[in-house]
Amino acid sequence: MLKKFINAAGWPRIIIGLFLLALFATAPFVGVLVSTSLSDTLVRFGMNGVLVLAMVPMVQTGCGLNFGLPLGIISGLLGATLSIELNFRGMSGFAAAILFAVPIAVVLGYFYGQLLNRVKGGEMMIATYVGFSSVAFMCIAWLLLPYKSPTMIWGYGGSGLRTTISVDGYWHNILSDFLSLEFGHLNIPTGMFIFLGVLCLLIWLFMKTKTGTAMTAVGSNPVFAAASGVNVDRMRIVSVVLSTALGAIGILVYEQSFGFIQLYMGPFYMALPAVASILLGGASVNKASIWNVLVGTFLFQGILTMTPSVINNILQTDMSEVIRIIVSNGMILYALTRKAQVKR
Amino acid sequence: MPDMPLLKLENIGKEYFGNRVLADVSFSLNRGEILGLVGENGAGKSTLMNILFGMPVIASTGGYEGSLYFDGEKVSFKSPFDALDVGIGMVHQEFSLIPGFSAAENILLNREVLNRSVLENLFSPRAATLDRQTMNARAARAIETLGVDIGVDTIVSEMPVGYKQFIEIAREIDRAKTRLLVLDEPTAVLTETESQILLSALRKLADSGISIIFISHRLQETIGLCDKLVVLRDGRIVKEVPVKDTELSARDIASWMVGRNVDNNPTARRVNSSTGEIALEVEHLWVDMPGEAVRDASFTVHKGEIFGIGGLAGQGKLGIPNGIMGLFPAGGTVKLFGQAVELGEPRAALDSKMAFVSEDRRGVGLLLGERIDWNITFTAMQVQDRFLKDVPFFGKFLRLRDDVAIAEEARGYIESLEIKCTGVGQRAVELSGGNQQKICLAKAFCLKPDLLLVCEPTRGIDVGAKELVLGTLRRYNEEYGTTIIVTSSELEELRAVCDRVAIVGGGGVAGILPASRPPEDFGILMMGEKIDA
Repeated sequence: MLKKFINAAGWPRIIIGLFLLALFATAPFVGVLVSTSLSDTLVRFGMNGVLVLAMVPMVQTGCGLNFGLPLGIISGLLGATLSIELNFRGMSGFAAAILFAVPIAVVLGYFYGQLLNRVKGGEMMIATYVGFSSVAFMCIAWLLLPYKSPTMIWGYGGSGLRTTISVDGYWHNILSDFLSLEFGHLNIPTGMFIFLGVLCLLIWLFMKTKTGTAMTAVGSNPVFAAASGVNVDRMRIVSVVLSTALGAIGILVYEQSFGFIQLYMGPFYMALPAVASILLGGASVNKASIWNVLVGTFLFQGILTMTPSVINNILQTDMSEVIRIIVSNGMILYALTRKAQVKR
Repeated sequence: MPDMPLLKLENIGKEYFGNRVLADVSFSLNRGEILGLVGENGAGKSTLMNILFGMPVIASTGGYEGSLYFDGEKVSFKSPFDALDVGIGMVHQEFSLIPGFSAAENILLNREVLNRSVLENLFSPRAATLDRQTMNARAARAIETLGVDIGVDTIVSEMPVGYKQFIEIAREIDRAKTRLLVLDEPTAVLTETESQILLSALRKLADSGISIIFISHRLQETIGLCDKLVVLRDGRIVKEVPVKDTELSARDIASWMVGRNVDNNPTARRVNSSTGEIALEVEHLWVDMPGEAVRDASFTVHKGEIFGIGGLAGQGKLGIPNGIMGLFPAGGTVKLFGQAVELGEPRAALDSKMAFVSEDRRGVGLLLGERIDWNITFTAMQVQDRFLKDVPFFGKFLRLRDDVAIAEEARGYIESLEIKCTGVGQRAVELSGGNQQKICLAKAFCLKPDLLLVCEPTRGIDVGAKELVLGTLRRYNEEYGTTIIVTSSELEELRAVCDRVAIVGGGGVAGILPASRPPEDFGILMMGEKIDA
């Protein structure tokens, strides 16, 4: 029974899970409130879930881990800023942001997919550069785009968008506060979870359709898929479009909870934690499930929340940022070495 | 010790992963003698040469049995360098030349003639410059020995293939101490006249005292050149004869090569169930499949027939079914029951109710990392929209995979084909070769095809599974009247299971014979000779 569970879950998740449990257990003794820590973890889990989910379609078709996530995020940022520019507020503001962002993501994803089809075998490397260069390009665009809304543009020049834009008064916590539950210090952002759950369900259903099955086969053995009459390139493009669109929606979910839209270099490093999460969740380079997304995100964000606060209190100095960087990058490193094992 | 043989093999044997490829091979070779080594693909020629040349693949798979004597001394080469050191030169089928270098540079590679210079004394011999003049002279001498006229300055990449072969041989000749030269299919890429030049050059070399092992599929020239002939079949020497004193015909050799005795054939000949109606018509088919190119193949297959395609490796027999199924760029006309099939598009072939079992089981035939039931039903789902179920309220808009029906279908095949597995959920990669092959067949059967193309159905599977797979094909043909095209390297298998067998040579159909014809006839067709149908 126990052995079966260990086999199913895999040692890495069990070890990380136990470590996380140990952190929660230590927390009260060093003066960290378990309830606050837990709600922090839950909030971060909800914020990042969709971004991690955006890895799944591309991994399934063998396009590798979506290091080009910034492209999807940029689509989301465009959607968010457009929605604010047009002064949509509340739930309609958030819906408008999604409605603006998704078509942009579909178009960008299509071209991104075309590019990836030309570099089969080197997708992840190229994806990284697509992500980075799109961020650089948008750094120029954010300054030049003719946005007018005073909440978004620089106060002095009167043109160009600010690096950080508050969504307060527009759609801050619009999902998180929906049906949210409070138990003392423990806050559960129910709406955000429902939203994540619905998206996961949709992707799960999609993967069970004929097209979704074909996508899985393309990732498993593209030659087999081609010999079975599947248009491999088209399946790959569909997956890249899906991943990019999910990235766009993902950043909107992130922002509504975070409270700010971060432009310019904001999206630069967004791909790495998402990649690390899904790998930690037990996905390989060409196989990922919804389960991998949920487990991986929870463990990764849990460790990221707990380690700095607990260790800070033990050491009695403020080095949370340093520890956060060490922990998150260490986990990416760990996850990437795991990836090499899977590949072998 | 003038009468001691230069090379002596005693009871050489070799097993690859429990699969015996060589057993009890013994022969000897005197100085200045030319030995012809012939055998079908897979008879063990290459393995034998790998052992002789100390290729690392031998040691890494557990070494070999028996002993090798070179010049009276027992030897065991750890690497090709050891073999080179004692004076064994080898010319491989694949060119191992540097394309951008000139003929002379290639011939003297790593044996360059160096100038004395100050730099050399100051630093190391690596800093010495090349004495181009002497090098060119030496290269020219080596080329001249071969009796061809190739400029020593010619860049290898600009030469015709025949010249490259000569350069490769010249390199071995230039090595001062070469005493045994192994040539693996040296004439395969040469024209008739070039072959003649090469053969007479080899004779000259032999007269000067160099021993030669000559491997070729062209029997006529082997007879003309060699002093002695060794025929390998299934890893054993079936015949060792001196050529000079006896009257040998290519026909005799061909029958030794292929000739398991027909009467002992365990698989009973099937009843001809062909109706005479034409099922498949192939005209002027060309297929651009690497290593198996088809240039111009035409043939017709009758409805209900089992049609065999045989021939040596690299002649294009695999290219034909792969081309028809659209897996490689192809042209010409292919008609299935009078309907033209679009080439180069697997979907078109599948839509016209053809199914394919690939020779590349692990590469093309299977989703190794996926479940057995997925493997079996995937193609049928994609092509024929089967194994999908409607979701209430969504109609045709959303149809999901019917996992229950998929597992049900797979269970049926697991039972009828006796696939050994833990269940429909087991991953294909965990199964043995024979069971994987049965999955591939089940996948094809699942499409309910009108025409089934099967490539190398028994490659890499054990004897018991072979019988089962062939039996399944025959049963399927008899029960459903499905037309089947079997492509195989194993002639006996084709003769046992097929009605008619086409032998492919040089990218075209060399001839089509009824399976009942004696194996020599097919052997002769394979050797590129003509025969009356």
